[in-house]
Amino acid sequence: MAQSRPLQSLDMMVNMGPQHPSTHGVFRMVLWVDGEYIVEAEPYIGYLHRGTEKLCEGELYPQIITLFDRLDYLANFNNEWTLCLAMEKLMSVQVPERAEYIRLILCELNRIASHMLFYGTMGLDAGAMTPVMWGFRERERIQRLFEATSGARMMHNYFRIGGIKEDVPEDWKARVSGLASELEKSIEECDKLLTYNEVYLVRSVNVGKLSAKEALEWGVTGPCLRASGIPYDVRTSEPYSLYNRFQFDIPVGKNGDTWDRYALRVEEMRQSVKIIKQALGQMPDTGPFMATGVRRIPRPPKGEVYLGTENPRGEFGVYIVSDGGDKPYRLKIRPPSFVNLQALKAMLRNSYIADSVMILGSLDIVLGEVDR
Amino acid sequence: MLNSLKGLLLTLRIAPRKPVTAEYPKKHLPIQDSYMGFPVLTWDSRIGEPYCTGCMVCVRMCPTNCMSALMKDNPLNKEGKSPRKKIIEAFEINYGRCILCGICEEVCAFDAITMSHQHELGSMARNGRRVDLPRLLELGKLYQDESGWRPPTEIEKEKQAALKTVQASAAAGAIPPPVVQPTSPPQAGP
Ligand code: SF4
Ligand code: SF4
Repeated sequence: MAQSRPLQSLDMMVNMGPQHPSTHGVFRMVLWVDGEYIVEAEPYIGYLHRGTEKLCEGELYPQIITLFDRLDYLANFNNEWTLCLAMEKLMSVQVPERAEYIRLILCELNRIASHMLFYGTMGLDAGAMTPVMWGFRERERIQRLFEATSGARMMHNYFRIGGIKEDVPEDWKARVSGLASELEKSIEECDKLLTYNEVYLVRSVNVGKLSAKEALEWGVTGPCLRASGIPYDVRTSEPYSLYNRFQFDIPVGKNGDTWDRYALRVEEMRQSVKIIKQALGQMPDTGPFMATGVRRIPRPPKGEVYLGTENPRGEFGVYIVSDGGDKPYRLKIRPPSFVNLQALKAMLRNSYIADSVMILGSLDIVLGEVDR
Repeated sequence: MLNSLKGLLLTLRIAPRKPVTAEYPKKHLPIQDSYMGFPVLTWDSRIGEPYCTGCMVCVRMCPTNCMSALMKDNPLNKEGKSPRKKIIEAFEINYGRCILCGICEEVCAFDAITMSHQHELGSMARNGRRVDLPRLLELGKLYQDESGWRPPTEIEKEKQAALKTVQASAAAGAIPPPVVQPTSPPQAGP
């Protein structure tokens, strides 16, 4: 007589990506699912690995700026700025005030552009088509200005160690202030369209929760950390550049769920517009755009430096070891996306498969930066 | 429910606006003046030779190593027609590898290379995007004609000279320095 055995169920293993229409970039995760629930998730990265850190060791400092453009390709200016600020700290270069204001304004604009794309893809992940169109429309406006300023829409190579490549066009200030007030209006519009939409709320509230403790343990920074209720922003906690001259708020979330991470970024865009407006008011009309005494191929003194800035995705840090030559001895990048992505495992546990894309989207990773 | 309706109303309100999208191959969005397209070589029409002397500075500074240059003695210099002792003999840029960074334009001390507005140079051949000297000069002339290109060092010199005269007259206490007005009315985005 056959012995009766209890029915056993096994978790099913599902591959998601790298060619999946709704993952962001070339990213693969392996999901172990029990029916509709995710039991365990394992992210696999490295499809876009270009060896940036190693490449940097063989490139002259001005050439490295072009590599940094390609790390986080949605926030190119912010990346360039981090490298330039770190180099300026290492070489003790004083950047002319006008150049610093221009760089700051461009970086804040880039933050808005990046968050606008996030807004669009977040809507898309939830199944809404309109936000992505609107997000791209606003981003295009900003990129139009970038093109007029630096000559390229995305890979600018515009910031230099000690300033910027060339002065901005004459009507730049008027254009930026016009753009800022346009953006202010359209941010409200975008906010109205999606934020409190019932369907969107059902999809995102209480989904993919990340507690403050967990977030800290994983080393999460940027909007994802702030959504969990910890008001840590490099711009205020360790003010770099001119950030201590502006009045702005750091929005903080309560639950650390997908909706919080989304709404916080929308609020951050408003704060960025606020910063841009203040900066335009304070910016001197004339003045040099490049520090004097910086050679075309700089040779920083022997030493090392770490500098972190607040990228749209979190703390972007560069660690440079210089041996006094024209190339770095070692260059380490701390990409916020890479660190934030590690928390995905904790967030996906016990959530629905259908929500996994939303949760991944809410982290707002850029694979160029994760894989480097 | 209410919020969804609000969103719907917003969509309705926005529907009659003019679309911002352009159907690409049929319609091109205007290119900004400062746009950096593929680098091209410039032509000195006063003498009838390229500006490039083949000094290789750009070749060495290019982050992707996508160019090569060869220098020769300038025959026009011996005849006394040109101040350039050396001139370019062969030049090649592999547009397939160029990342449009603009470093070559920045480091060239002879105004010989400039970022044009070319951006649609697709090719069906494997090496179709390797561009040689005659083609580079041809593209360069095209760009020079359409944009009214002038050597940047000359513009810089003029600026400095103008600044000096203004400063001199200001020191003499005669005329106040002129106020620079933007030539085109400020416009913000599309
Ligand atoms: S383009 Fe300029 S830098 Fe390059 S080889 Fe010619 S003269 Fe030299
Ligand atoms: S634009 Fe940059 S990549 Fe292209 S040829 Fe010039 S230096 Fe090289």
